[in-house]
Amino acid sequence: MTTRVLQAWNGEAVDRGDVPVLPVEEFQQIVADAVTSGARVSSLAGRADGDRTRVTAVLADDALGRLSLLSTRVGSSWPSLAAECPSVQAFEREIFEQFGVRPEGHPWLKPLRFEPPHVPGIDPWGRIARPSTIPGDYPFFRVEGEEVHEVAVGPVHAGVIEPGHFRFQCHGEHVFTLEIVLGYQHRGVEPLLLGGPDRRTVTLVESVAGDTSVGNAIAHANAVEALADYQIPARASVLRGVALELERLANHVGDLGMLAGDVGFLPTASYCGALRADFLNSLAEICGNRFGRGLVVPGGIRFDLDAAAAGRLADKVQKAWEQVEGASRLFFESPSVRNRLDGTGVVSRETCTELGLVGPAARACGVSRDVRRDHATGVFRFLHIPTVTGETGDVFARAWVRRLEAERSAEFVMRQLRSLPGGPVRAPCPPPRPDRLVVSLVEGWRGELCHVVETDETGRFARYKLVDPSFHNWMGLAMALRSEQISDFPLCNKSFNLSYCGHDL
Amino acid sequence: MDGIPGILQFRAGFGRQTVAYPEGPARFPERFRGLPVLDPSAGDGGRAGAAVCPTDAVRDPGAPGMTIDLGRCTFCGLCEEASPGAIRFTRDYRISGRTREELRVDGRAPLLAAKLDEKARSLFGRSLRLRQVSAAGCNGCEAELNASGNIQFDMSRFGVAFVASPRHADGLVVTGPVSANMREALLRTWEATPAPRLVIAVGACACSGGIFRDSPVQSNGMPGVPEIPVDLWVAGCPPHPITFIDGVLRLLGRVEGDRLQLAGTGIVEAG
Ligand code: SF4
Repeated sequence: MTTRVLQAWNGEAVDRGDVPVLPVEEFQQIVADAVTSGARVSSLAGRADGDRTRVTAVLADDALGRLSLLSTRVGSSWPSLAAECPSVQAFEREIFEQFGVRPEGHPWLKPLRFEPPHVPGIDPWGRIARPSTIPGDYPFFRVEGEEVHEVAVGPVHAGVIEPGHFRFQCHGEHVFTLEIVLGYQHRGVEPLLLGGPDRRTVTLVESVAGDTSVGNAIAHANAVEALADYQIPARASVLRGVALELERLANHVGDLGMLAGDVGFLPTASYCGALRADFLNSLAEICGNRFGRGLVVPGGIRFDLDAAAAGRLADKVQKAWEQVEGASRLFFESPSVRNRLDGTGVVSRETCTELGLVGPAARACGVSRDVRRDHATGVFRFLHIPTVTGETGDVFARAWVRRLEAERSAEFVMRQLRSLPGGPVRAPCPPPRPDRLVVSLVEGWRGELCHVVETDETGRFARYKLVDPSFHNWMGLAMALRSEQISDFPLCNKSFNLSYCGHDL
Repeated sequence: MDGIPGILQFRAGFGRQTVAYPEGPARFPERFRGLPVLDPSAGDGGRAGAAVCPTDAVRDPGAPGMTIDLGRCTFCGLCEEASPGAIRFTRDYRISGRTREELRVDGRAPLLAAKLDEKARSLFGRSLRLRQVSAAGCNGCEAELNASGNIQFDMSRFGVAFVASPRHADGLVVTGPVSANMREALLRTWEATPAPRLVIAVGACACSGGIFRDSPVQSNGMPGVPEIPVDLWVAGCPPHPITFIDGVLRLLGRVEGDRLQLAGTGIVEAG
């Protein structure tokens, strides 16, 4: 993968004409070789190109911190790579669903999110002529045999959470397989972003996944700024980092509380539920919204803090963090808790690599990948947050990695708030330049957020591809449940805590 | 200290967490954006604000009848930034109404949801069990609804709680613009809820489609699902837990009058 691909950095805009267009065989050979030698597929996405579909791949080489871009033009079908590279299975289904390009030989070709096609005149699943509901009409995998039974859960769940459907093939308590059907949350985000940037764009991006508003807003702003050749002021860059880590803190601490609730350890469940709010309220102190909405815009950030307010915020985070330490100590040191977490829902390092998992779910398997370190942008080019890994790939590891990561985030937030660089936090960002392409990666709290943005000859968005970390990780949850007890499902599910709407777009 | 003594010791140090609201104030950060107050005769009359609004929520800028439709508003504050003087957000967290139309406000009067009739209050007033249905909510509203039940906001103090099954519920709380892919599940959940039942639409998406309005794969929120009548509309993106709780308590007649229970900001009084 030397000469036939275009190399770029995270957040570096390139001329879109420079992305090589390769014959399908060569394109797929390069993708397969890269994956075999340890690269990840960050994005594999189509867009209409005359009567064909242009598929662009973004391969991430985490060791070198480099991204490789390459593309190909395909007709109504192409050979599937998914058997060889399982990490592309969902991408191939997505390209089929959106553009009708059938991946021949795909091991498990089925709807991804029941999205209407992006080009007229195609009906990949034959559903337009015969509208049907999900999951009523779905090719579920079935295990047959004496006393084998099926358990169906969702889309409406017992808790206050987003909808998805889970189908278990069981023998008694024992789970053979879990199949996850998503798409209920589909809102048509990508088509709505086309033709932007416009006045809706930032709010849309913030609403892709409400718990990741800051992460997606930063990925978007980085992309637009790169497309415009614009550099934000240093103070804005640091405060964006603070907001991103506050978002991580809030969610990781909230997850520890939820996990505690799921194993019936109520002290930590109650404390973490309340402490999570301290981090959300810290975001609200900065910008008025507990999810950090309205804070990040192309050009910088909309709200500044004076030195005194920043110092008070640092104190508040410090106090909250000390309490999280205590609350999580109770949790991790309780033998009955450990008994439920240890060895539950194991994902092996091999499976993790094969599926291309990202974020804490990957790091819990001992796979050290973190955009903040591997593809650093913004403040993370200068200030490093140590990457945390676990070993065991089980619920315990996913919980423990969150606990340790939250600590690093808290340290970062406190330190930065007490030593903010001076200067403005915002300057006008010019419009994106025409015919460019940028890949913008951000380590959201669930893992890699990937925005691949192309502008047309007028500088408008011709394609806006979003890849949520959950897109990679849902399959990890399905694998974690194999040979588990069905009663451990809520715990395993919470230990991943994936986004439904981030996946469904 | 280990085990139960350690837990108790930690508990003692944690102190009281639950907000004083409704008897006392709830704290809102200084920059919190609640009910807007409009003055079409000031500044540019809100014209620039209307032009930057991502959801077309600012209506009739410059005219005496200028309003902001809180059912659409995401409370991004861009209009306030663009039209200083004409548009100003207050920290009044009470932004829910009994009809969709009420959410169109000019801020000259507080927006207080009226209570249910006496019969309904006698049925639901002391114990209200709700089933939440996320119909393509982005997990912002869902997260805040979850937070309503945590030890800080502790909605179950009032006998209001979320339950696992619509069969056990007195009503539904709907979030999200109602995606095409969730529409049937929503209708079926509603049908599974025994009558009489309440329906509460929470957040800009459920009230209008929010930022997803007019996307062809959703319904523009509950106004696009006429089969299901809505009893309470709660504005916000997402609504603050206190906004939701206040709306529900007003619906039940358990909070009345227009005393604003608002305290200072968190960072000024750190902790
Ligand atoms: S605060 Fe509301 S009315 Fe103002 S610009 Fe934002 S969405 Fe529009």
